[in-house]
Amino acid sequence: MDLTLKVWRQKNREDKGGLETYKVTGILGHYSFLEMLDVMNEQLITQGKDPVAFDHDCREGICGTCSLYINGEAHGPDRKVTTCQLHMRMFNDGETIYIEPWRSAAMPVIKDLIVDRSSFDRIQQSGGFVSVNTSGNTQDANALPIPKMNADKAFDVAACIGCGACVATCKNSSAMLFVAAKVSQYAYLPQGQVERKQRVLNMVEQMDKEGFGNCTNTGACEIECPKGISIEYIAKMNREYLSASISSEE
Amino acid sequence: MSVLDSKIPDGPLKDKWTNHKNHINLVNPANKRNIDIIVVGTGLAGGSAAASLAEMGYNVKSFCYQDSPRRAHSIAAQGGINAAKNYQNDGDSVYRLFYDTVKGGDYRSREANVHRLSEVSGNIIDQCVAQGVPFGRDYGGLLDNRSFGGVLVSRTFYAKGQTGQQLLLGAYSALNRQIAKGKVTMYNRHEMVELVKVEGKARGIIARNLETGELERHSAHAVVIASGGYGNVFFLSTNAMGSNATAAWKIHKKGAHFANPCYTQIHPTCIPRSGDHQSKLTLMSESLRNDGRIWVPKNMEDVLAIREGKLMPIDLSEEQRDYYLERMYPAFGNLVPRDVASRAAKERCDAGYGVNKTGEAVYLDFASAIQRYGKQEAAIARIKSPSVDEILKLGEAVIESKYGNLFQMYEKIVAENPYKTPMMIYPAVHYTMGGVWVDYNLMTSVEGCYCIGEANFSDHGSNRLGASALMQGLADGYFVLPYTIGDYLSKEISTGAIANDSAEFIQAEREVSDRIEKLMNIKGTKTVDHFHKLLGKVMWEYVGMARNEEGLKRAMKEIKKIRTDFWNDVKIPGDKNSFNPELGKAGRVADFLELGELFAKDALHRNESCGGHFREESVELDGEQKGEAKRNDEDYAYVAAWEYKGEPADAILHKEELEFKDIELKQRSYK
Ligand SMILES: Cc1cc2nc3c(=O)[nH]c(=O)nc-3n(C[C@H](O)[C@H](O)[C@H](O)COP(=O)(O)OP(=O)(O)OC[C@H]3O[C@@H](n4cnc5c(N)ncnc54)[C@H](O)[C@@H]3O)c2cc1C
Ligand code: SF4
Ligand code: FES
Repeated sequence: MDLTLKVWRQKNREDKGGLETYKVTGILGHYSFLEMLDVMNEQLITQGKDPVAFDHDCREGICGTCSLYINGEAHGPDRKVTTCQLHMRMFNDGETIYIEPWRSAAMPVIKDLIVDRSSFDRIQQSGGFVSVNTSGNTQDANALPIPKMNADKAFDVAACIGCGACVATCKNSSAMLFVAAKVSQYAYLPQGQVERKQRVLNMVEQMDKEGFGNCTNTGACEIECPKGISIEYIAKMNREYLSASISSEE
Repeated sequence: MSVLDSKIPDGPLKDKWTNHKNHINLVNPANKRNIDIIVVGTGLAGGSAAASLAEMGYNVKSFCYQDSPRRAHSIAAQGGINAAKNYQNDGDSVYRLFYDTVKGGDYRSREANVHRLSEVSGNIIDQCVAQGVPFGRDYGGLLDNRSFGGVLVSRTFYAKGQTGQQLLLGAYSALNRQIAKGKVTMYNRHEMVELVKVEGKARGIIARNLETGELERHSAHAVVIASGGYGNVFFLSTNAMGSNATAAWKIHKKGAHFANPCYTQIHPTCIPRSGDHQSKLTLMSESLRNDGRIWVPKNMEDVLAIREGKLMPIDLSEEQRDYYLERMYPAFGNLVPRDVASRAAKERCDAGYGVNKTGEAVYLDFASAIQRYGKQEAAIARIKSPSVDEILKLGEAVIESKYGNLFQMYEKIVAENPYKTPMMIYPAVHYTMGGVWVDYNLMTSVEGCYCIGEANFSDHGSNRLGASALMQGLADGYFVLPYTIGDYLSKEISTGAIANDSAEFIQAEREVSDRIEKLMNIKGTKTVDHFHKLLGKVMWEYVGMARNEEGLKRAMKEIKKIRTDFWNDVKIPGDKNSFNPELGKAGRVADFLELGELFAKDALHRNESCGGHFREESVELDGEQKGEAKRNDEDYAYVAAWEYKGEPADAILHKEELEFKDIELKQRSYK
């Protein structure tokens, strides 16, 4: 496969940035998308040019580091995969591919295709935990049975990898899916009950502070989420929020 | 006497840890506030340690090279975590977990450490559940277990195929709570590039801000290294692209002995390589061996027909298949330990029976499990005489609920449906049992410098059993280090804040900046990856699954040559004062090029086969164990700890003799 790549280049946070065109040849279908970019970078380095910076680490779809906006879709054309799991068999010979970073005011570009997602960490710090110290004499793990259905649901939402595709794909740059995933995980578990109300209030407040937009139910996030987190959970979070606001006013 | 003092407490094995804990000096809360600790790494080990130390009241500075602590490679662990809870009532106990781990490690680990690990294993599960980690549960709402290679009980706790992710997010949440309180200061996208020693004690690090390229001096009363394993010395491994040995190697060069570097685990169930462009290998959790049966065709004609695409594996009858693990090891079958399973796959493929184009693949087949579960489910649902299709559907649903994400991952990479045709697998470098030498308190041979998690050497001997690395990482971070570090810090209460403008810090920073300058000025012709791949080829060829004297000597020579070439001809684009991923990578590869040589040297000196280290010169010549690895307890029952002396080849060997008081040393048999 021979491909034309239109890649976003931006020197640093201040730089305006713009698209550059590169060609790669001899790409096979079983290359991953990032391995295709490795080929491009190897080429650029040999030509004495600055390679394109992109974020990646595990390359198996679990760390949530990779984050490319490919042909107008977060993580590219395949479904339920991260960029690193996307394979070149999804593309055709001669195709032109647009590669851009996530775009959101709350996730500024640092360089080329790399963005700053520390806003996600700060949301988690505002309440994404159970306040339990490490003591060595916590109660026995089986002292409190959890109905399998609740445990499974908690797991489904806990599968979020914090990649930010939901934000990148949303026209409002909303982070609701990401926040809803964490809020719901604890809401399903007995361990999360004590701080349930304060947690949702704090996390939503922090989300707003970071400059993420509101949810208008377009459903785009659910489609692009590599872990298949459903927007049902946004509704759940809204209920949690409402009930927490009402009772905290009492 | 050896220079190594392991500080193993006296007394009977089962009381050592309790007694030790009861006598460790404590630091009072008011004093803890005046003590700073640096933790490098935010994986299970570093994340849990930073959170726990902060909870106790120390001031913690935490570092990781990723953009968030949540992305440490612990996140990728799939299968599960062991604990001696005996919830299944199958005879498990602290002693049995201890025994299995020592035996699994082929009697090359430190007895007292492993027993302690086993003792705290139950606390880990309690702690994680309390944090809200969603482990797999049964219909009664209680925790479910699965079994793993090398043992005969079910003691592995799991969260589908994403156990590491869920445990790490648990540690991350505990860390976040402390960051919010201001007890942990988090430095993301920062790489530790040097250890700073003042008057012989570890007093800080030099870190490079990866976004700006700036060098920063960070001081503390103690430094904890939790930087993970060094499997990427092979270029291709199941590690993350950024996994590295730099932090561990820098402290080695500053006086921390490096133990058993040659003990590497080659994991039997990984997706085979597809070509030279490949950047990493993907693990298929060992838990799959609970339900998958491993085989190659019995007849060479069938192998050739399959490779040419003329025959499909599902077309072969049972008689035409060689379930070689079940044949060779009837007692453990597909659940033999990893080292045994890997070598058996290599043996079959070397003999020509590999089933893909490269000849390096065997089948992992779920057809009979799907049948078995399908029938079971039909019976539960009271379906009378279920149809073939119904059974398949029900069976596949069970397999999906157990391993859904793994099957999906496989399908995305290989573009074949593993529910319908057997998976192809081949061994790949996965874990490093060797690492920085530590004493019972987890302190390295540099005073005040600790090492935890995969980065140290302590608990797995020469072969790690499945689901025990997650256990060790969390044991070290939650339940061991936070206590043992008090022993040292109690002597530091009147030291006062450590200045970061002393001559030692200035000197260390200068060394780092000179080194970076030197790298940038080479302006050669080859990329960093070029050298990394060359190193990887030598390592895999001569220091991989089977090793011999001639190959190892050759490897040492070749690695040295690649290192020289690297320092003459590497080409690093961009500049040092900006975000420059190639420069970061160059520094890591430079360290791998030194570590690789020590690795080969260690493998050369250990003229026995044990665990993951297989010396072709040391095999059983006859009897039931013919062809199996032959250990030599007489001469090699010790930890090989290497002291740095300028060049990797000049490293000096120190031996820590291993004493087994509670376990009889036996030849491992899984027959
Ligand atoms: C694919 C895969 C599957 C696995 N499955 C299992 C399993 O099912 N069960 C099991 O028990 N074990 C499993 N393991 C092994 C286990 O996951 C690891 O051994 C363990 O998680 C290592 O944890 P750690 O905290 O020591 O290191 P890591 O999680 O690797 O963390 C290393 C940390 O150090 C940081 N770091 C590294 N170098 C530097 C530096 N120079 N400066 C600053 N920061 C640095 C990184 O940013 C990171 O935060 C698996 C491993 C892999 C690769
Ligand atoms: S909700 Fe989905 S898309 Fe959003 S961060 Fe989590 S995994 Fe990524
Ligand atoms: S690189 Fe880890 S999810 Fe893509």
